[in-house]
Amino acid sequence: MAAIRTKPDPQIYTFEGFGSSRYPNLMLRGAGELDNWRLQVYTRKWEGYEACRKALKMEPAAVTAEVKASDLRGRGGAGFRTGMKWGFMPKDTPERKVTRYLVCNGDEGEPGTFKDRAILEYNPHQLIEGMIIAGWAMQCRTGFIYLRGEFSWLIDKLEAALQEARDAGYLGKDILGTGWDYDILTYRGAGAYICGEETALLNSLEGRRGEPRVKPPFPASVGAFGQPTTVNNVETLAAVAPILRMGGAAYAELGTPGNTGTRIYGLSGHVKRPGLYELPLGLPMDFILNDLGGGSSTGRKIKAVIPGGSSAPVFDAKDFDCPMDFDTVKARGSMAGSGGMIVMDESTCMVQALLRLTHFYAHESCGQCTPCREGCNWMEMILHRIEHGQGRPADLDLLASLPPRINMRTLCPLGDAACGPVESFLQKFRPEFEYHIEHKSCMAGAKSILPGVLAPA
Amino acid sequence: MNHPLPPETSDVPLAPGERLPRTQREKLSPEAIAKIQSIAAQFPDRMAGTLPALYIAQKEFGFLSLGAMKEVAAALGVPEGHVFGVATFYTMFRKKPVGRYHFEVCTNLCCALNGAADLLAKVIEKTGARPGEGPSPDGLWSVDEVECLASCGSGPCIQINHGVFDEFVDEAKLEALMDACRRGETAAWGE
Repeated sequence: MAAIRTKPDPQIYTFEGFGSSRYPNLMLRGAGELDNWRLQVYTRKWEGYEACRKALKMEPAAVTAEVKASDLRGRGGAGFRTGMKWGFMPKDTPERKVTRYLVCNGDEGEPGTFKDRAILEYNPHQLIEGMIIAGWAMQCRTGFIYLRGEFSWLIDKLEAALQEARDAGYLGKDILGTGWDYDILTYRGAGAYICGEETALLNSLEGRRGEPRVKPPFPASVGAFGQPTTVNNVETLAAVAPILRMGGAAYAELGTPGNTGTRIYGLSGHVKRPGLYELPLGLPMDFILNDLGGGSSTGRKIKAVIPGGSSAPVFDAKDFDCPMDFDTVKARGSMAGSGGMIVMDESTCMVQALLRLTHFYAHESCGQCTPCREGCNWMEMILHRIEHGQGRPADLDLLASLPPRINMRTLCPLGDAACGPVESFLQKFRPEFEYHIEHKSCMAGAKSILPGVLAPA
Repeated sequence: MNHPLPPETSDVPLAPGERLPRTQREKLSPEAIAKIQSIAAQFPDRMAGTLPALYIAQKEFGFLSLGAMKEVAAALGVPEGHVFGVATFYTMFRKKPVGRYHFEVCTNLCCALNGAADLLAKVIEKTGARPGEGPSPDGLWSVDEVECLASCGSGPCIQINHGVFDEFVDEAKLEALMDACRRGETAAWGE
């Protein structure tokens, strides 16, 4: 008997106004309800596959135009415009010469990010519907859902949902009488964070080591199996059906200009009500933290928040009023990234927090590029000795000198991702690091959060 | 170019102080080979079947020895060196035996902020297995520290074989889970 999650996910909370036209619930619909993944529930309760039927009656170019009109930006982290990305796929090449692929990036491995799991677990048909619409828009033959290996318990559910869609005629040969053949296959990764990077993901999908590729050529021209490929995040593809259903222009009215629609924010760490919140872009961080998240879970003040997954530069208290959209967060020196917000109260030792994050990047570096492979390990080593009372006065300058030597000097952004926390922690919490070196103890004075491999012997 | 692997009896170390242990099985079952080949046939390139095939082999052999990797290469018709390279790249392909119930404790930042260190210490104490050191003497448990399991909002989190368990607010939940394992209510590794 396989282990089964027996209760609704406790992480999903609601609040007054949730589901209204101001805060529409587009992607987490029915999340937490155990039978929500079934096709009949999706069809009966959520107008399932209506958007798909509508899209299949439109010209593929018109579907792309609708997504362009919605101004949807990729929810995986980079915030690239989805309609524009779809537009990069070659259109006029005869099918006997190319096979176009759509790949759904479900390799959710960034600490603080847990939004895609909820969609895959509770709303797989919305993702499948989005993939059918995207596949039609780009005239793909096959779609792949690349899931991280740890989601083995989700694969069965996803396979069952795909089979339901096949049985209902939404996948397979001659979909809904259009003459278009299209199917979706799942592919399970095997535990490498780097496979979330699109070219590493494609290598992994081809059965190789998940090492990023040199770009150009970009996946739109040479992607999976050497064919034109578009890679989109789970949340991005899950947003496609609502866009088609409500119309691109109506979707663009949500959020702020240039940062349209809703996205799922994940709250974790020292926060009273951690969980997933689907909200229009542009709401201030302190509203999400305090009004929805309930503020600190420990009764102590919140000292720092990482706003968009662990690779985003950290915010201190003066930035908590920042509107959470791609452009404003970037202008304030961080990135909205994947929307995973990690909250740390004032008892958190920032040296330990940074050491834990840097250990992650050093562990997950694929080793292909020397600046990332050596640099991440070096940063971890320096932080390790600062944390364990062996820091030297020159260590902080040495540490600060490393990110400029890693940033933008690697094939993929993993090296840059490791540098964001280091630079921002040093910039905003330098006195804590100096205190550690000088006093060989922690300014915050709290108990160590470091487990196993990082704890002192 | 095919880079064949050395015979399994080789004493050449993989890493300082580390050698791939041997498995008791020597051959993949005909059903496993048929499954590997049918999966590989779904893709435009047989090589794409490498990861699924390694999972199948891992289930059959318990972990991936050199012999298991060679079997996968033969079943797929791809170079042995390629299979070895892939198997050693990914952390979920086990190069050493694990216990019947394999505990993977997430110790990344979100879980760490909510007490992952204490949870890991409790798991080590109760199972008698140490991270990265193989199964406990009774072969029932093994423990590893892992990076993020995408349960950040409800950490600290443990994955036991194929099940994710989170919200460890007290020790009782860990005890209950271990009891469920002892009673065989959770799938054993490889089932």
